[in-house]
Amino acid sequence: MSKLLTVSPSPHVHSDDSTQKIMYRVVLAMVPALAWSVFVFGIDALRVILIAVLACLAFEYLIQKYLMKIKPSVMDGSALVTGILLAFNVPSNLPWWIIIIGSLAAIGIGKLSFGGLGHNIFNPALVGRVFMLISFPVQMTSWPVNTQSGIDAVTSATPLSIIKEGISNGTPISEISKNLPSALEMFWGGIGGSLGEISAALLILGGLYMLYKKVITWHIPVSIIATVGIMAGIFWMVNPEIYINPVYHILTGGLMLGAIFMATDMVSSPMTPKGQIIYGIGIGVITISIRLFGAYPEGISFAILIMNAFTPLINYYVKPKRFGGK
Amino acid sequence: MSITVIYTIATLSVIGTSAAVILYFVAQKFKVHEDPRIDQVEEALPGANCGGCGFAGCRAFAEACVKASDLSDLNCPVGGNETMNNVAAILGLEAVKKDPRVAFIRCNGTCDHRPKTNRYDGATTCAIASSIYSGESDCQYGCLGFGDCYDACEFDAIELRADLGVPKIIDDKCVACGACVEACPKDLIELRKQFPKNRKVVVACRNEDKGGVARKTCSVACIGCGKCEKECKFDAITIKNNLAFIDSDKCKLCRKCVPVCPTNAIIEENFPPRRVATEDKKECSTAN
Amino acid sequence: MLKTFKKGGVHPPENKLSAAKKIEVLPLPKSVFIPVAQHIGAPATPVVNKGDLVKTGQIIAKSSSFVSTNIHSSVSGKVKKIDFSADSSGYPKQGVFIDVEGDEWLEEIDCSEEFVKEFNIDGPEIIKKIQDAGIVGLGGATFPTHVKLVPPKGMKAEVLLINGVECEPYLTSDHRLMLEKPDEILVGTQLLMKALHVEKAVIGIENNKPDAIELLSEKCKGYQGISVQPLKVKYPQGGEKQLIKAVTGKEVPSGGLPIAVGAVVSNVGTAFAVYEAVQKNKPLIERVVTVTGKNVANPSNFKVRVGTATSELIEAAGGLPEDTGKIISGGPMMGRAVASLDVPVTKGTSGILIIKEDESKRKEYMACIRCSRCVSVCPMGLEPYLLMTLGEKQIFDRAEQERVMDCIECGSCSYTCPSQRPLLDYIRFGKGKVGQIIRSRKK
Repeated sequence: MSKLLTVSPSPHVHSDDSTQKIMYRVVLAMVPALAWSVFVFGIDALRVILIAVLACLAFEYLIQKYLMKIKPSVMDGSALVTGILLAFNVPSNLPWWIIIIGSLAAIGIGKLSFGGLGHNIFNPALVGRVFMLISFPVQMTSWPVNTQSGIDAVTSATPLSIIKEGISNGTPISEISKNLPSALEMFWGGIGGSLGEISAALLILGGLYMLYKKVITWHIPVSIIATVGIMAGIFWMVNPEIYINPVYHILTGGLMLGAIFMATDMVSSPMTPKGQIIYGIGIGVITISIRLFGAYPEGISFAILIMNAFTPLINYYVKPKRFGGK
Repeated sequence: MSITVIYTIATLSVIGTSAAVILYFVAQKFKVHEDPRIDQVEEALPGANCGGCGFAGCRAFAEACVKASDLSDLNCPVGGNETMNNVAAILGLEAVKKDPRVAFIRCNGTCDHRPKTNRYDGATTCAIASSIYSGESDCQYGCLGFGDCYDACEFDAIELRADLGVPKIIDDKCVACGACVEACPKDLIELRKQFPKNRKVVVACRNEDKGGVARKTCSVACIGCGKCEKECKFDAITIKNNLAFIDSDKCKLCRKCVPVCPTNAIIEENFPPRRVATEDKKECSTAN
Repeated sequence: MLKTFKKGGVHPPENKLSAAKKIEVLPLPKSVFIPVAQHIGAPATPVVNKGDLVKTGQIIAKSSSFVSTNIHSSVSGKVKKIDFSADSSGYPKQGVFIDVEGDEWLEEIDCSEEFVKEFNIDGPEIIKKIQDAGIVGLGGATFPTHVKLVPPKGMKAEVLLINGVECEPYLTSDHRLMLEKPDEILVGTQLLMKALHVEKAVIGIENNKPDAIELLSEKCKGYQGISVQPLKVKYPQGGEKQLIKAVTGKEVPSGGLPIAVGAVVSNVGTAFAVYEAVQKNKPLIERVVTVTGKNVANPSNFKVRVGTATSELIEAAGGLPEDTGKIISGGPMMGRAVASLDVPVTKGTSGILIIKEDESKRKEYMACIRCSRCVSVCPMGLEPYLLMTLGEKQIFDRAEQERVMDCIECGSCSYTCPSQRPLLDYIRFGKGKVGQIIRSRKK
């Protein structure tokens, strides 16, 4: 025989799955929501997405090549996912230079400063988003009008910011509600907001695809949504004049986006199903606390980042059930 | 505005000062009394924390030195005699002079000498490769070449040689800490006496197979013929399990064993070139 | 109703290419190499010398301790030499080389194909015969069977499980044996039941072998206490602990033996060997081996004498394909890659699998993305990603705490990892080191 035999430890077969495939499945799952955002916000949305994606890919390549001096891994798809998620989290009229700064924060600080894919503690896209939100609060919270909502205005506020402002002015919910879109509108995506957060239906569609492809499990999204729903429900039942009904909390403010696409980020979420449920409940509790009692109308980004920090601790203490007990 | 700034600065200063005062008293109260000489000895040590002395780091070694009543069992291979003299001076003890040592990889099974018979494709560490089989060549004793010794070396004293397939020790950087000896799953690395100018005469082989088998797997394998043992006037060479071994503490570097080896398994390093008779000797060895 | 184990598991493509091929008897080889260590435990000591004439079935190496077995000559002929040569463990092992001359069997062995159902023999005698015949677990673990049949003091077996799962992809040797020798297997099972003093035996078979389930269920009616349990297809159901969990619902405690939950597991091949040893006086000198692979011309199941070189089997299955990359002794999940074609078939060789060149190379691995698939597929409820890191960084005390010793090395984690990380490589390394540490602590 001319060729040498290969010797390697078992197993000798592989499932043919790869990290790239997982990343591209995530991208595919985001396509419906992405298409809807372009439909609603027009070419501006496309501009934001393109800038964010290209900036993320470029920063990943440049930093890996010239600062870290390792082989760039831009094609693994993770920077692409970060770019799209970052775009999903900003209004479509955001100036290009803010998006680029956000991308740098996401890739540079959020991901590569920890060592790259797999080593980051926080979800990179959220690091970028929060960085932009704190640095450029005005630009980040003035959304263009949703062409599908039929509200006549140049800029529109998100339902949550309308509520927050109303309550701080002492207006009862029953009055505020008149200015709010209906639950159905929110579900299908007829509201103002960031690119990716407006249509709950399309986000759920993407989530179902990822569930089907086993990219994510149900534990994190369901535990977040259930916690938010239950907590908001309790407050609503205590005083419906100050607290809005839980449907609004679930369908607005990027909760679906966060629960389905951001919190489920593999790298920064816990490993065991039990840990994932603890993590989801934590995100739900913090989200509602920020929304109801904090300064910001929305809280899911901060909630996810805070729980990201607890992930190593959860992994340390929450172990899978071992075979053979003890 | 300015009032706020003043208040802020004042509050922070008060908190800072009171914390410092509390910490000072706590530190006084819980202070552990330590022999001050431990710090001095630690200072005198190289601080590599390599574990070559057999202790968990320099601090532990320093503690052992301070406790010991004589230093003959304690040696810092990295610092060598100089460091041990300094330590002895601090403690008022006598240092025992020890010969410096240097690591040597006893395998010369480079690509030219030892053909590959299969290809390994697993995690590239010697430990894992050796746990599943004997290696990429037919020699089950030889170097695997995946560099566990290289990874273990804290002193950059080992270089991986992709062209050779066997790592090389850089004698001048080696401090004989023994980390590579531990790391090698084939037990190839030996700490040998370091001679002036790094000269050495050594059997670069660990193959214990019978002569014919060993020779088939590697052209420079020791076949255990015993010629070197007979040639050696200093009883430095012993043959065990078809394998010759040169005891570096007995070796006088006379180099007589080198030309008699029929497989060139004994190598000499860092000597000036031989002047005469090498031609004849070579012919002899091939005739065998 | 289909049963299975709960935790973890994967579904590799089955590729049972040789499932429809009848077991053929491989022609006698010209020479054999019979290693003296074909089992877990102490190697046997050779009792023949160079130049001796041996008969088929004659003892050529005697067991030296309780956890060890005899080795018999699988052929008749002349002992060429006693020397070292590589076996599937990857290291040269001592063994006996025999040049085959004719095929002369020991007189007491009944070579006929005639089926003998009745037996009149008591438990200890069965165990004695099994020990003499050198029978080991034929599923691949090669643990001496007679040791399993003597439970430690204070423990009692309640049920005998016969392992007909064959969850490894490609392999079909147990499947064919169940189809072609069902009665023999059932008698072997009865003998094992008698030796263990148990009233109940269950044969576990995965649902991808409906013909074997049907046939054995039908035949079982003629044998008291034996039943067939169909199982859902899932790897590694053939693992002892997983099979016990699937059939009885009990979990073998960590670090414990199956007997701790009253179970003893034997492979169908072992049951067949027990039948031959007790009813036919035939020692374990041949076994069924699947020779298969996607590019193999004629995937087959052969009845092979122990000691036959791998090359002979491959020749009989249509020769070594041009694009061979890797040859595996055993299945693709747990088998061992061999470095040479001279490696002999031993008692534990269930198959020879040839992997194509392009499928034999591992891809470069990437960073762990913490997708937690390894955690979800681990049948032992471990965290492979963590154990790999602990092995890599050589943090062995923590690895022990994280129960690295529970790992059954099934390979589900490495199989499923999307980043192609060599999880099992490092876990196995850590397990070996932790094992050493535990043993040195006991001393």
